[in-house]
Formats: sequence, C-alpha cells, structure tokens
Amino acid sequence: MRALLALLRKELYHIRRDRRTLAVLVLMPIVQVILFGFAISTDVKNVRIAIVDPAPDSETQALRHRFASTGGTFQVTAVVPRTSHLESLFQRGTAQAAVVFEPGFATRLGQGLPAPLLVIVDATEPNTGSAIQNYVLAVVSAYERERGASSPLRIVPAVQMRFNPTRESKHLFVPGLMAFVLTIISALMTAISLTREKETGTIEALLVSPLHPWQIVVGKVVPYLGVGFVSVIAVVVEARLIFDVPVRGSVWLLLAEGLLFILVSLSIGILISARTSSQRVAMMAALVGTMLPTMLLSGFMFPLDSMPRPLQLVAQVVPARWFVEIARSIMLKGVGLEFLWQETLVLAAMALVLLTMSARSFHARLE
Amino acid sequence: MRRILALARAEVLHVTRDRATLAQIFIVPIMQLLVLSNAATFEVRDTAAYVVDQDRSATSRGLVERFAASGHFRVIERAGSPARANQALLGGEATVVLTIPADFEALLVRTGAAPLQIVVNAEKGSAAGIVQSYAARILSAYAVEIAPELRPHSIGGAGARARSAPRVDVHVRHWYNPTLNYKHYMVPGILVSLVTMIATLLSAQNIAREKELGTLEQLNVTPITRGQFITAKLLPFWGLAMMDFAIGLTVGWLFFDIPIRGSLPLLFAVAAVYLTAVLAIGLWISTLVDTQQQAMFVTFFVMMIYLLMSGLFTPVDSMPPWVQVVSEFTPVRHFVAISRAILVKGAGLAEIARPLAILAGYAAVMWLLAIRQYSKRSA
Repeated sequence: MRALLALLRKELYHIRRDRRTLAVLVLMPIVQVILFGFAISTDVKNVRIAIVDPAPDSETQALRHRFASTGGTFQVTAVVPRTSHLESLFQRGTAQAAVVFEPGFATRLGQGLPAPLLVIVDATEPNTGSAIQNYVLAVVSAYERERGASSPLRIVPAVQMRFNPTRESKHLFVPGLMAFVLTIISALMTAISLTREKETGTIEALLVSPLHPWQIVVGKVVPYLGVGFVSVIAVVVEARLIFDVPVRGSVWLLLAEGLLFILVSLSIGILISARTSSQRVAMMAALVGTMLPTMLLSGFMFPLDSMPRPLQLVAQVVPARWFVEIARSIMLKGVGLEFLWQETLVLAAMALVLLTMSARSFHARLE
Repeated sequence: MRRILALARAEVLHVTRDRATLAQIFIVPIMQLLVLSNAATFEVRDTAAYVVDQDRSATSRGLVERFAASGHFRVIERAGSPARANQALLGGEATVVLTIPADFEALLVRTGAAPLQIVVNAEKGSAAGIVQSYAARILSAYAVEIAPELRPHSIGGAGARARSAPRVDVHVRHWYNPTLNYKHYMVPGILVSLVTMIATLLSAQNIAREKELGTLEQLNVTPITRGQFITAKLLPFWGLAMMDFAIGLTVGWLFFDIPIRGSLPLLFAVAAVYLTAVLAIGLWISTLVDTQQQAMFVTFFVMMIYLLMSGLFTPVDSMPPWVQVVSEFTPVRHFVAISRAILVKGAGLAEIARPLAILAGYAAVMWLLAIRQYSKRSA
C-alpha cells in the first residue's frame, strides 16, 4: 500500500509540474464542447432554390413570389430559362433544389386542367433532400389551398415532441458531444503514460520496484481520474449555462456516471499503453481507435437503430454508446437509476475487464 | 535534389520497417472504411411504434396496419394503455406513441375530420422530424384511400369541386442519389477523414519525435536547407497518403458501389494539392511543439475541427453563420465538397475552380509557414 501511495505521488508530481499539458487537458474539452455544440446541427434552412421558367405568366409569377417570400426557408438563387442550365448550378452548390415550370402553366390552370410542375432536389445528402422536398411541397400545397382546392377527408395529427419539444439540435448533440470529448481526452491522457516510461527507459525502475502490475496500473489511472472529473463537472456546467440543456434528472447521478465513464476511457488508454512499445504507435492507436468508432458507433450522431444488426452488436462494446444513452436519459428524460442500472452495470464491467487486461498484459512484459 | 531524396528515403525506411505503423497506415483505415461506412447513416427505419388504440374500429385497425406495412415503423404494441405507453417511452423501447381516440371512426364519418395524437421521442438524433413526416405521409395517403368508403356522399361534391379547382401536378426527382442511399454520401466523406487523419498524425509527430530523440540536431548540422528539409519530410507522407486514398477509393467502389461520375485524374490532382496542404499543416504543428505528447493534443484538436466543422457528417449549410466562416479555413471542407461534387455529381474543373483555388492557396501558405517556423528553431 505504501508503495502504491509513493507511485501515486510520483504521478501527481508529473501532472502538476507539466502545467501546460494540465491546462490543455482541462481546457480542451470545455473549448470543444462550446465550439462543436454550436457547429453540429442538422436543421435545414435557407434552401438555395433555382427556378426554371421558360414562359413566365401570372400564375408562375404568383408561385415564384411564394418561394421568394417564405422568410428564410428559401432563397431564390437563380432564375433560368432552360433545364440544361441546372446541372452546373447543382454541381457548384448554387442550387439545392429547382422548380421547373412548363409553358402554359396559367392557361392550363385557368382551364381547370392539372398543371405539371417538376421539382428537382439535390439528394446527395438524403435527409436534407427529403426535408427540402417537404418544404417545397408545403409551399405548393399552400398555393393550391389558396386557390380553393380541398380534400374530402382529413386526419389531423397533433404531434408532440417529447423530451425536446423545440427539437433543438444542441439538446440532442451536447450530451453526446460530452461523451465523445471525454472519451478521447481520457484515452489520450493515459495512452502514452506507460509507453513514455518504456521509451525513456524509466520503466526498468518501475519493474524492479516491489509494485504489483495492478498497483502500477492503478497508480497510473487514479491521478488522471481527478483531472477527468474536473472536466466532467466543467462540461456539465457548460451544457447547462451556455447551451441551456436541461438536467431533468439528478445532477449527482450524472456526475457519478461521468466518473465511471471516465474510468472506462482511462482504462482503454492504459491498455493501449501496456500493449504498445512506442509513443507513436500508442497515439495512433488511441486516436484512430477511439475517435471514429466513438463518433460513429455511439449513437452520438447517427441513430443506432438504423444500423445493420452486426454493427449494432459491435456498438455494444463502445463505452460511449452506453454513456450517451445515460447522459441523454438523465438530462432530457429525467429518469433515474431504475431505468439505467443495466447501462451502469455494463460500464462498470467494462472498467473491470479493461483494468484486469491491462494488469495482465503489463505482467507479460515483466518476463 | 539529392539531399531531399536521401532524407525522404530515410523517412520511408522508418515507416516501412515498423510493422505496427505500416498496419496503422494501410490496414486499419481500410477496415474502418468497410465497417464505419455502414454505421454512418441518418436514415430512419424500423422506428419502434407503440399504439394506444382506443377506437378499436376497422378504420383504426387499418391505420395501424398501414403503419406496420410502411417499412418505416415497427409496431411493438397494438392495444396498449396510456400509462404503459409512457413507460415504454421513458425506458426507450418505443420511439413513437400513436394514440387513436375513441370516436376516431365516428368523427371521420360524421364530420370528415378526426384528430390523432402522435408523441415522438425527440431525444434521439435528428430522427424525430423525419419520423413525423413519414407519419404525416401515411396519414394523408390513408385519408385518401378510405374517403370513398367512409363518406361516399361527400366525395362526389368534393370531386366536382376538385375538378374546377386548379391543381398542380407535382413530380419530384431526386438528383444524384435517386435511391437515397446514405453510403453514396458518407463513403467519400469517411475516406477523406481517414486519409486526413493518417496524414496529419504522421506529419505532426514526425519532427517532434526527432526533437525528442535529439536526431534533429544531427540534421541541423547537415548542409540541407529549410525548404529542402520540409519538402523531404513532406514527400514520403504525401506518397503514402495518396496510396491510401487510391486504395480506399477502390474499396469504396468495389464494396459500396459508390458512383464515380466525374474524372478520376481530376480527383487525384485535387487530392495531391489537398494532401500538400494537410501535411504542411501537420509539419507546421510539429515544428511548433516540443514533445510528441503536445503534438498529439494539438493534432487531436485540429482533427476534431476537421471532422465536425467541415461538413463531413452534418451539412455546412445547417451551421450558424460564424461557424460557416470558421469552416472556410479548414481545407477538409473544400476537399470534401470537391470529392462529392466530382464523384457523385460529376462536376468538372469549371465547377470546382473556387474551392480548388482556395486549397492551392492553403498548400502554398502552409508550406511556407512550416519552413519559416522551422528556420526559427534551428537558428
């Protein structure tokens, strides 16, 4: 025990003396949550629309006017006489959608005949494409209703958006972003701790000391747990104050789960560190191995439900997947442990397994 | 020139002798491309729907049937209670709760309009809006379908009115991605992000490592000039990253069937300019810091900006104006836009001229910056 305390003190000195790194470790998550909390959004607005009107008449002008005066939904960027002009506009990104009239639009409407209208949507990003399509159709049907068309039967849905009534992107993304930023910063913190000792040769000193492998692992993880916890608190405060994300459940539970999650991420770092021999390889493994999987497989950005089944299974081993679920549930739904005990157990089990594996593989290097 | 080649050769040997690094450069990215491309989808399907049917009429059952058959919804309960619906929402088993009121059919027959409550769990990603529009489409299609059966007398009148009222016959075409396949959008993006990550990591830690090991001193006493030094460091990584890009593109084409509508030589020419910019930024970081650890933290920060602010996964158009301005300064944004324009939309040189000019500008500026920064340290 005394040996462990000595190692802890040594690690604390390391952290405290390297002020610059410490500042980076604490400030980076805070800055990133601010930056990306504002940046990540999937709201579709200001759609750039092109209009093809080969023979303008009173009715095409009326409908065009409706697109021009939607107050921010649409922005008419080009009015061209022929469809052949569109390709280049779409390729440049000047237009995301186009409304194509045919000659005689007003004449046909006047005779009570259906007037053809072609809507072209840039569906490169499918959801944006669908959203734009809905907006365009809404403008057209508002125009039709104004002209007196009606449908025989109506089912009127009253839609309620639970847990995030205004559907604000930041409410969805900020809890997930917390998980993302915390995973990477913690994995990075410990990823090079052992490899640095290997590279500089100080590992020999540790090996000849009476410390058990598990004591070395614990000694490397615990000091960083403190640093990580400061980041957790900072990020939660920030989510509340800057982004106005509600914390409907218990703040204490959220902080405790945050601590558990940090422990798991630090364990990943220490495992990478125990298994690799150079800082370069450790860093690459930590970045390449945690960044994209955490971003793509945690449900932070892309809904897990939509992924193919095998990938959903793979996602089960990504710790952030569980923490994103926990953070969103506590913050937005306001539920407590009675709904989250499974997720919590999974995280605890992961921490245990990862730490045991690190101690084991570190042991192997002793021989 | 001979000096550049000698130093470049040394770098190539460093990388090729280290199995772990080699695997990280070639095998890991390809694996990630294969796996993650399946994950990166905002597509919404199989939404778990919980139905509270208080009407229990033929009409309400038919409606639930339409939801189940649409392919967008998976009905997990057809005759639930409001209390258990709430539990299902809180517990995460249900994403949508559909409540059909007791007099649904009667109201439709009597007045031609009936309310319906839809509760969406809006906590889960951007899916909520899409779920809502799917539901709305099913409802209006169903209303049209059952109209003649429920209100046969009024349909004649309405039909007569509809004939006289002006109707716009709308056809919708989805250009560039008619099947709405997310892979066509995401695979080019993921490929770019992987190549960028490898290139930035390799270059950012390179000079920092030489500083740590002390071998930079040895290089400083050789007659090599700063420009030669930076160029020699840049060349081998540039070659490796280009190979990565080519392999990744082949994998994307073979396994995900991503479209290649534009000119490949043009794409590779742009990639060459882009990688020069990215590697120069990496080398600049490397000359700036003292240790590999610092290099890694800066790289990490830069990578996050690259990934989240460049329109790789969420459209730049959706970002607030100040973020759009910031994103102009990330080369990734321009390259992602160009790759998608060339691959998916078949754009030519004229259409991508502006972003390409910006990329070329970056490459030149960052290369010069890296050289200047290095000279300071060696002086």
